[in-house]
Amino acid sequence: MNKKKPSLLRSLGIALGAALVIIVFAYGVKVTDVNFETTRSEDRLTQLKRVIRALVKPDIIEYDYDVTVVEIPFYLPCPEGEEISTPEVDKSQPYMLANAYCASPQEIVQITGKNFPPDTKGPVDFYTTSGVKKPLGDFYSDSNGDFQLDVELPTRQPIAEAQRIISTIRIRVGNPMFTETAKATWDKIIETVFMALLATAIGTALAIPVSFIAARNLMAENKSPLTSIAFSIIGWPIGIYLGLKTAGFARQLLTPYLDSPGKAAIGLAIGIALVILILQRVLKASDKKPGFDMMDIIKIVAYVVAGLAGIAVMLFIETLSRTIGLALVDPLGPFGFIGNFLYQMGEASTLIIPAFVALGLGAVVGGALGNIGQTISDKSPASVVRIINIIGTTVAGASLFALIGAGINWLYQIDNLSKTLYWPAGIGAVIGLVLALLVKPKQPLPTGLIIYFITRTILNGTRSVESLVMAIVFVIWVGIGPFAGSLALALHTLAALAKLYSEQVESIMPGPLEAVTATGANRLQTIIYAVVPQIVSPYISFTMYRWDINVRMSTIIGFVGGGGIGFLLQQNINLLDYRAASVQMVAIAVVVALMDYVSSVVRERMT
Amino acid sequence: MLEIKNLTKVYEGGTQALTDVSFSVKPGEFLAVIGLSGSGKSTLLRCINRLIEPTEGQIIWNGQDVTAASQDEMLKIRRKIGMIFQHFNLVTRSKVITNVLAGRLGYVNPALSLMNRFPKKDHEMAFKQLDRVSIADQAYKRADELSGGQQQRVGIARAMVQEPDIILADEPVASLDPVLAHSIMQYLETINQEDGVMVLCSLHFLDLVHRYADRAIALNGGKLMFDGPPQDIDDAKFKEIYGKEAERVG
Repeated sequence: MNKKKPSLLRSLGIALGAALVIIVFAYGVKVTDVNFETTRSEDRLTQLKRVIRALVKPDIIEYDYDVTVVEIPFYLPCPEGEEISTPEVDKSQPYMLANAYCASPQEIVQITGKNFPPDTKGPVDFYTTSGVKKPLGDFYSDSNGDFQLDVELPTRQPIAEAQRIISTIRIRVGNPMFTETAKATWDKIIETVFMALLATAIGTALAIPVSFIAARNLMAENKSPLTSIAFSIIGWPIGIYLGLKTAGFARQLLTPYLDSPGKAAIGLAIGIALVILILQRVLKASDKKPGFDMMDIIKIVAYVVAGLAGIAVMLFIETLSRTIGLALVDPLGPFGFIGNFLYQMGEASTLIIPAFVALGLGAVVGGALGNIGQTISDKSPASVVRIINIIGTTVAGASLFALIGAGINWLYQIDNLSKTLYWPAGIGAVIGLVLALLVKPKQPLPTGLIIYFITRTILNGTRSVESLVMAIVFVIWVGIGPFAGSLALALHTLAALAKLYSEQVESIMPGPLEAVTATGANRLQTIIYAVVPQIVSPYISFTMYRWDINVRMSTIIGFVGGGGIGFLLQQNINLLDYRAASVQMVAIAVVVALMDYVSSVVRERMT
Repeated sequence: MLEIKNLTKVYEGGTQALTDVSFSVKPGEFLAVIGLSGSGKSTLLRCINRLIEPTEGQIIWNGQDVTAASQDEMLKIRRKIGMIFQHFNLVTRSKVITNVLAGRLGYVNPALSLMNRFPKKDHEMAFKQLDRVSIADQAYKRADELSGGQQQRVGIARAMVQEPDIILADEPVASLDPVLAHSIMQYLETINQEDGVMVLCSLHFLDLVHRYADRAIALNGGKLMFDGPPQDIDDAKFKEIYGKEAERVG
């Protein structure tokens, strides 16, 4: 490097840069309302002191108190033309005397206490006849149990009756106990930790498959010709529709057998046996000659039967877990939550099974049509492929855009068929047609990369919405409580982990992947044998890290009704009960610190 | 019979890796592929099992056009072609036996293989091949606990459980010391002679070529410069293959 002399231009540039930095920060100060004047305000400082002092005294432990009340009558102001006599006192008990038993408002009166418990502190208050309390100060008794206190009397409307000055002596009795606040905080912090655990588990389970789709190195090699793409675009929605119908139909068909656990158990056994039997028979015959023959038809029929049996198995499992779970809740007593868990799993299956069947059938039909497209593209002459492409992509484009139109209609409720169906379908058809004309008939297109980009975009979009915001939507769906919070956290976890995971997949060593591919292993086998062993330990460490984050997030998700400790914290802050809020803050700090420690230990072990 | 006809590979970005390469290999032949680094040896070997998609040309294997095979057909072809790599390419976090069994993936029931279940017959075959390269006692160690020479032997066992007709060896000894290099080459020689497997092996050292290969082909800048018995590589041919500045070592 050759050293240049500092030129004038260069110095000017630096000066300009410095000026720019100052301007940027000055503007920052303006928009963030920085105001140091308020920090010195007397009122605010007193309040700050009060809050800080409350915060350092978390309301965790309390005692039972023996409360003794010592009182003297007092006239405020002195009644006219009436002599106030000194009240009788019982000198065996704690008692109080005053240098006057009547006075004008704001006068100073000296109060003397005798026989008090030594070295104690307590409030001295002025009580009106209607029971309104005005604090006068605190007494501190000396080692003999005596005290002297000058108090300034409050301003009161004159009243004919005697009012009272009362000292309250509170003496701790018994052992320290946890306060109600502490107990509630304990319950909620447990809830918080488990909320985070569930969210992490669900999010992880879903993020793992997604992460493979979002990994560039695995997807870049997936290329297919236009024919195959068009066919599978047509196939997917048909499959999903059929799947939804099949799941509904299967449930209807099996309803008579779903009412008793006995029938369901028998059904389950038969279903599992059928699936295993068929799969064993069919999968054994893996080697075959190319071409379509009788064996293929038998195979397809076998797969369909196995698939239907599989759906039945899922429905039977759902019924069993629901009924058994419900039956177990009472007999299990304190472990009834296990029964509830089974029951809820059954309930969840009711939601998941149709979705699962729909996606499964979508994949099967989409994949099968895609394969047919691939074969056509491989085996047919270019001109035939072009004609099929033109038809295929036109239909595919039209149906894809019609679906998008339906989605838009659902969101915006346009309810105008020409705008939500005809126009989109038309535009889609034209785009498909143009695509078929532009692309060479057998040209392999980077389908993998397209799916990769779509997945990445969806993940990034989801990830940029904070789980706090998601929780608001889930609260509306499933009601206020930890369930909503768990779902929101799970969704955010899915998006965040899928991205982290996929980056891990992208950074694996390519050598083993190449080697396993070279053995003739299919795509899935390659992933299981060459990719998975390389990513297990980073996946575990990311998952731990995410649980850590989820614990922290779940502490505040209660702010929007998502359950967990945040709900308590927010409530206490709103009630200005800072000592209670302090308990929750301490709990959060302890749990987060513990999680941090545990996860760092586990991660260290893993790597 | 493996025939390579007018094979050309142009990478995305325009790098011309192979230009119009044609040759054929007889069953049971041990063919050495020589040339400078970057001359296209690896690309050539990977085009044969289509780990790299050739741009133009044909590869005919026993009358079947490999370049025109569909994806499913390609899986069937690949399982008959074992491959050995310079950096071994083992899954280092998996056990040795798992690495070897991976060679059976093209044959076994896909569903069961995903759960790491292999037939007993395959286990026996894996141990037989591990025994053949004398590391059967290491079968349950993690692959990264083995030394370089041992890892390459696992690589050979993995290729051999494929019951291959062809072995593609991409500089199998380039990251090993000379003594280990000879031992690995001897295993390849045994496989070639005892099992009659065709071996295509890219090599750097000419003495290894002379010692083990029946025939050699040489690439320079992606073009075929030589095709014949190794002893025909005289000084003039040598300079043609490796450039004017090159000097013979070893």
